[in-house]
Amino acid sequence: MACECHATEEAAEQQILDIVEAHKNRPGPLIPILDEVQASLGWLPKSAIITIARSLGVPVADIYGVASFYSFFRLVPPGKTKIQVCMGTACYVRGSQQLLDALERKLKIKAGETTPDRQFTLESVRCVGACSLAPVIVTGEDCHAGMTSAKIDKMLKPYMQEEPAAAKRG
Amino acid sequence: MGLTDIEAKQTKLTAVDRSHVLICAGAACVASGAMEMEALMKAKISELGLTCEVSVFDTGCVGTCDLGPVVVVYPEGTFYVKVKPKDAEEIVTEHLLKGRVVERLLSRTPEEHTVPTIAEHPFFAKQQRIALRNLGVINPEDIQEYVALGGYSALAKALTMTQDEVIQMVLDSGLRGRGGAGFPTGRKWAFAKEVEADQKYVIINGDEGDPGAFMDRSILEGDPHSVIEGLAIAAYCIGATQGYAYVRAEYPLAIKRLQIAIDQAREFGLLGAGIFDKLDFDIEIRKGAGAFVCGEETALMHSIEGLRGEPRPKPPFPAVSGLWGKPTIINNVETLASVPVIVEHGPDWYSAFGTETSKGTKVFALAGNINNTGLIEVPFGTTLRDVVFEIGGGIPRGKAFKAAQTGGPSGGCIPASMLDISLDYESLQKAGSIVGSGGLIIMDEDTCMVDVARFFLEFTVDESCGQCTPCREGVKRMLEILTRITEGKGELADISKLEMLAGGISKTSLCQLGITAPNPVQSTLRYFRDEYIAHVVDKQCPAKVCRALIQYDIVPEHCTGCTLCAKHCPTNAIHGELKGVHTIDQEACIKCGECLARCRTDAVIKV
Ligand code: SF4
Ligand code: SF4
Ligand code: FES
Repeated sequence: MACECHATEEAAEQQILDIVEAHKNRPGPLIPILDEVQASLGWLPKSAIITIARSLGVPVADIYGVASFYSFFRLVPPGKTKIQVCMGTACYVRGSQQLLDALERKLKIKAGETTPDRQFTLESVRCVGACSLAPVIVTGEDCHAGMTSAKIDKMLKPYMQEEPAAAKRG
Repeated sequence: MGLTDIEAKQTKLTAVDRSHVLICAGAACVASGAMEMEALMKAKISELGLTCEVSVFDTGCVGTCDLGPVVVVYPEGTFYVKVKPKDAEEIVTEHLLKGRVVERLLSRTPEEHTVPTIAEHPFFAKQQRIALRNLGVINPEDIQEYVALGGYSALAKALTMTQDEVIQMVLDSGLRGRGGAGFPTGRKWAFAKEVEADQKYVIINGDEGDPGAFMDRSILEGDPHSVIEGLAIAAYCIGATQGYAYVRAEYPLAIKRLQIAIDQAREFGLLGAGIFDKLDFDIEIRKGAGAFVCGEETALMHSIEGLRGEPRPKPPFPAVSGLWGKPTIINNVETLASVPVIVEHGPDWYSAFGTETSKGTKVFALAGNINNTGLIEVPFGTTLRDVVFEIGGGIPRGKAFKAAQTGGPSGGCIPASMLDISLDYESLQKAGSIVGSGGLIIMDEDTCMVDVARFFLEFTVDESCGQCTPCREGVKRMLEILTRITEGKGELADISKLEMLAGGISKTSLCQLGITAPNPVQSTLRYFRDEYIAHVVDKQCPAKVCRALIQYDIVPEHCTGCTLCAKHCPTNAIHGELKGVHTIDQEACIKCGECLARCRTDAVIKV
């Protein structure tokens, strides 16, 4: 088991090096590199940032400075399912704060946090472009329109079941 | 390659297809199930062997977002609305196979008349679609369709003219930046052209930041070539050979479509070396990683350079020293999409729309408490009343119009007494708001203006880059005061404190984010002062939004004792027997509003 982990770690490191190599000679390579690394790992672990820093010859602090500036980059691992409550203006005036509150109560976490079982990450986001259907919640790739707190349980159901089903299969 | 060669490449479109089915793939339609519906439609089409005669493709936001999923069948322009997956088959078997319109899926006017074609729909009647001209009309992933409608002929034309002539045209058209500041586009270009340099850059600003505006995204998704063409014309005018498209990473579809468009343009010789044997120019996409401040030009350039997106003082202006220290112009998506039309039809045609000082048209994202929501484009000078009541179809559930918020976190609110205001740069500014990027959120009587101001400040505090003190600290202080007021802990003196801070912040901040941050507070104070007073003096929230100032109650006469509310109350604050009147224990109530949302007999009220 430990051995396997090690192997995947090495593979991940190689992947990062490849990404850096591909962008190294473009002007302003850092953000595209961070973007691709995050796309393949799901977030930006410390080890990845160190690898990037070494291969670009840039201080680790500089890379943290950039990565932490942009909300798109994740410095903590996200849960399996991302729940994004739109807090854009249109959704806000149609009551998205209540939805966020309800989800915070339900999942027992605050916006921006991940449940201890790593199942859900709750986020508040700005306008997802579906203002006409406000208020909107996005789970994974699915956009739920005209949300009410009464619909929250149904929305979460498919994700709640995932865990035991996967365990059974395993 | 010349335009004739490109036209010669057009075979697919003209000869073979009998019908084109356009499926709106804007975010709202996708959220209402457009993709499942499309899959079923395609399956039926191939089952019936119609694939050679009918082509189905996704288009960018048609604009009538509340009617989604929307389907338009050309050549007739038949306009189907709210097409559910179960309706897909019927459109194929009836309309596409037998040529019979499916009446039941047509949209209806409030008088219940059916609207057969998109051209006849009242939502579009008062609109003038220039930047949005191709949205819902072409397949954005096929350059040939753009070319078939005259695309890239403006670039061809521009390249036969001198740089100064083209710049003059843009100047004469009166086109101003559509991203916020409204600076004349031609002037920007003229500055950059005059600067001598070995390298210059042009940038598409697709970092749409206003949380309630989505026109840039829709244009990139629905008509990416118009933006590429506009940028190529800009590049020619100032003498740039490299362009960047800075697009929010949160817009994956826009990025994908723009990349497809760039690749196709290269393939057609419309990007790369020797465009019409005259221009060398190419574009690279850079993703914006989620920082509102990057809409600011200097911050955006820092971000492309791979740095933290922090603005720097101007001058030097980007037109003199921009990306990597080279002369750079940055234009917003909507601005660029308008450029080809101006070059093609001439400045007089364009400037005939609009007012004396605000020429042309503007796209607005209409949303909030309004019946018809979506993307609209109207000539400057259209009144707010026309937009809200004619195009927007008024306020739902018979509620009263309270205010329109324009310009997002940098803008302000227009009250009902000013519904006849002309929507243009000058009038909105005089009213204490801005056109901004075109977010237009309609608010009804149930919206608390103090809370709205607090909402926007929360946004700016979140997004402040933290470099300068007035913005970083000052706005935070304002937010604290506003929060206090909404919690019922405000005092009269707080209002004057807010005004003082607002003045100071807008005078001393480094960039537009800070300079405009107090706007939502200033404008709500200007028009809705009595609401602030009600909060601080009477400790009341007239719109019944601010939690600390309201209470949930059950009207005994209306309660049927169904227990629904009690079942869903998170704190078990509701007591009562089945079929007996329920009551709320105010001590335990956290004012979550769950009971009000659940009660089916409207027995729960806010007092
Ligand atoms: S507002 Fe929420 S906490 Fe209060 S009674 Fe209703 S459901 Fe319970
Ligand atoms: S949900 Fe409404 S009707 Fe039912 S018990 Fe509660 S207050 Fe009464
Ligand atoms: S404000 Fe929520 S989708 Fe636009």
